[in-house]
Amino acid sequence: MSLQPEVSKTDHIQGKKDAKIVIVEYGDYQCPYCGAAYPVLKEMMEKYGKRIEFVFRNFPLSEMHQYARPAAIVAEAAALQGKFWEMHDAIYENQEYLDEAFLLELADKLGLDSRQFNMDIKKSELAAKVDSDFESGVMSGVNGTPSFFVNGRKFNAGADDLLQLMSEIVK
Amino acid sequence: MLKKNDIAPDFTLFATPDQKIALSEFKGKNVILAFYPADWSPVCSDQMALYNEMLKFFKKYDAEIFGISVDSKWCHMAFSQSRNLHFPLLADFEPKGEISKKYGVYNDTEGECNRALFVIDKEGIIQWSYLSPMAVNPGADGILEALEKL
Repeated sequence: MSLQPEVSKTDHIQGKKDAKIVIVEYGDYQCPYCGAAYPVLKEMMEKYGKRIEFVFRNFPLSEMHQYARPAAIVAEAAALQGKFWEMHDAIYENQEYLDEAFLLELADKLGLDSRQFNMDIKKSELAAKVDSDFESGVMSGVNGTPSFFVNGRKFNAGADDLLQLMSEIVK
Repeated sequence: MLKKNDIAPDFTLFATPDQKIALSEFKGKNVILAFYPADWSPVCSDQMALYNEMLKFFKKYDAEIFGISVDSKWCHMAFSQSRNLHFPLLADFEPKGEISKKYGVYNDTEGECNRALFVIDKEGIIQWSYLSPMAVNPGADGILEALEKL
């Protein structure tokens, strides 16, 4: 199973651009397994981020997690103000408080322009971005969250194994 | 296990405590059958949760999806409610595993069906089938590729 479409400008990227190692996570903001993976991925990027390009794509399981999709939209709206990763991190760091009111609070805390933000979260483009991430995940063989791809190939294990792999291959 | 170009054996199974569904009612539609070992077990739940999110994608291909396991209609009802599922789970319960056996996906050792997927076309002919390792959630990319080819 391979990643489609490939990583592009429309993706949220951190770490080193055009690195030899490209990791893509498909995640759900309300998924407890994604929450558990978050600090591990954070550690991975702190240690090896100079050699890794890391991408996050939305894969909200909305029927199971009622705030997953609103959270994804809010992170996309934050991205429009250049604060995607700040929002992404803030949500995962406070996952147990996640609900719609808390998401608005986070937007405020991150200093987002609230008028702009409130307009943006209603935009159909943001919903379409979340849908298109989801669809790309399905077509790439995502079968649950979090799912990882390393250089376009599905990595059939968790964040701990990914960290272990990076500790072996990043010199 | 039945393969491409086999005729999909018809069945009538409980979908809710008082309603049965027959495969033959869906002639003229594409049908996805997802055999899975058991309600509540972690991998199955992820798999059904994934399909639950994908109903609109299946609809694009004029396809209906049914989950099938040997669990009873009451067990299915509780599982379905707990996971907020919006597609039917069929109970291959009595005689146990009869339909799974017809499709060649019954596991005698476990007394459950294997994790197997079938895509059936509008004429009732199997166009794609896939047996997944028991512990692996097969995702949906294979289903979508098969639907794309119809």
